[in-house]
Amino acid sequence: MTDRTARAPKAARRGEWALHLALTAAAALMVAPFAWQLITAFKTTGEASQSPPTFWPADPTFNAFTTFFDSVPFWSQFTVSAAALALRVVGQLAVSALAGYAFARLRFPGRNVLFGLFIAMLMVPSQLFLIGQFELVRDLKLLDTIPALAIPGMFSAFGVFLMRQAFMSIPAAYEEAARLDGAGPLRTFRSVMLPMVKPTLGALAVLTSLYSWNDLLWPLIVSPRGDHRPLTVGLAGLQGQYGTDYPTLMAGALVASLPLIVIFLVLQRQFFNGIASSGLKG
Amino acid sequence: MTAKTARPPARRRRAGGLGPSPWWGYAMIAPAFIGLAALYLWPFAKTFTKSFMDVPAFGPGEWTGLDNYTELLGDDKFWQAFGNSAIYTAILLLGVPVATVLAALIHQVGRGRTVYRVLYFLPVVTLPVAVSMVWRFIYNGDFGLLNWALSLFGIPGQYWVADATYTIYAIGAVGIWMSLGVNLIILGAGLQSIPPELYEASSLDGAGRVRQFFKITLPMLSPSVFLVTVLSVISALQMFDLVFVMLRSVDNTALADSKTIVYLFYEKAFVEFDQGYGAAIAIVLLLVIMLATAFQFRLQRRWVFYD
Repeated sequence: MTDRTARAPKAARRGEWALHLALTAAAALMVAPFAWQLITAFKTTGEASQSPPTFWPADPTFNAFTTFFDSVPFWSQFTVSAAALALRVVGQLAVSALAGYAFARLRFPGRNVLFGLFIAMLMVPSQLFLIGQFELVRDLKLLDTIPALAIPGMFSAFGVFLMRQAFMSIPAAYEEAARLDGAGPLRTFRSVMLPMVKPTLGALAVLTSLYSWNDLLWPLIVSPRGDHRPLTVGLAGLQGQYGTDYPTLMAGALVASLPLIVIFLVLQRQFFNGIASSGLKG
Repeated sequence: MTAKTARPPARRRRAGGLGPSPWWGYAMIAPAFIGLAALYLWPFAKTFTKSFMDVPAFGPGEWTGLDNYTELLGDDKFWQAFGNSAIYTAILLLGVPVATVLAALIHQVGRGRTVYRVLYFLPVVTLPVAVSMVWRFIYNGDFGLLNWALSLFGIPGQYWVADATYTIYAIGAVGIWMSLGVNLIILGAGLQSIPPELYEASSLDGAGRVRQFFKITLPMLSPSVFLVTVLSVISALQMFDLVFVMLRSVDNTALADSKTIVYLFYEKAFVEFDQGYGAAIAIVLLLVIMLATAFQFRLQRRWVFYD
């Protein structure tokens, strides 16, 4: 690479410029809706429904945010979303790590058949489980509760599969050393093996958070009365209420999306690793 | 592999000290397995059996054989939803070449790769509900940004999300925008594994960048492109959120003609509580996804290059 730039420095630099130009143009298209959302959130309702649209707010105002926070129980919905996310992530990591380790490292009759069952479920679209999952949650009297939002997502064949792959890649020597030192399987799992799959645990945590925070269909189904509505359902409801009050809608959409966007900006590597490893299994 | 590892249990046990008893294995998969059985296997069986039943909102159902399926096949609304999902899927497939070219471009830049990946990934981490609201505003027929931008070029504006002629295309464009970030990451990982020597050798032979893209990048990347294609089709056939948020409102008559398979399923099973019919839709969705995936695996022999 160095000698290529040394041989044709000008051409390479010009090529690099053209690349950046093309990629920046595409990035501008990708980001434009967010920019428009941000600008609109500071407009008045009247200004936002003007044609042709004004670009910069003539009279920037926080009204939209005030209306949003006044009309939506934001903090309670935020708490519901956050609690459901925490429950789902913790449950998912515990369940998947334990099972993934057993499938990767322990020997027991029927292991492959059972693992095959998990893999088979990976291929079935999630809508096929909804009716039965709804009935189970209803029969357990959990409708309109936070656990109802989190429970199905705690158990995922994908998580088990991802953790199994991670444990399989660790050399057996570590485990045997621990065993020779007299550590039992649970101890070996917790103090030797688990720390070594931290990157995968991080990736799984981040992916699960993404699915949990963004999910709409399942929360719609299990919170029919709306006592425990996450932000997604609340936001969808806002639209019915403020159909054409676009500044309020944009402000709400912005506030509800911001937590995950901030987490993404901090933990991009985990997000990208999670996506790459979920894709690379094929 | 199983046969080989299962063969000498006695020796293995001695080599590793006391090998754990098989009960440890069962204990550790127990939570996952109970969850799998209660929340996936059993619901799956239920959906399957219900698709052959007439199930009222309350009380037990009765067996009706294939009635749900024959009704479904004669239901114009189902075929319309099927058609909408098919068009949406086809539009998302157009996003795959876009993602491939962009991934190759990003791979070429020396500095700032991460910045581009982050920017392109933003729609993935934004609430789909929020995204839909923003796009609904941009698509607004009276004062939307898109119609204004089109008017600069003298193109007449449309009611993109209120006129059923355009809805599915408008939603498809948003779908491409939303899925680009994920596709770029998967393709980027694939690009990482192409040996750089290939490019060095070919540039010594005088091949330009465009030629290298078609002769080296594309064939070497084809397994990742295939994967992205398969994943795109599977998720596109399950699209629900965008229709729900962008089209549903009291006065939008375009929704009736713009439903997708999963939207129809949601409506039948959880709004009208006709679970037998809803279950039949879900089973048909499974069959459609299986067929589409199997078809792509058959087709991959023609264009996917494994070394």
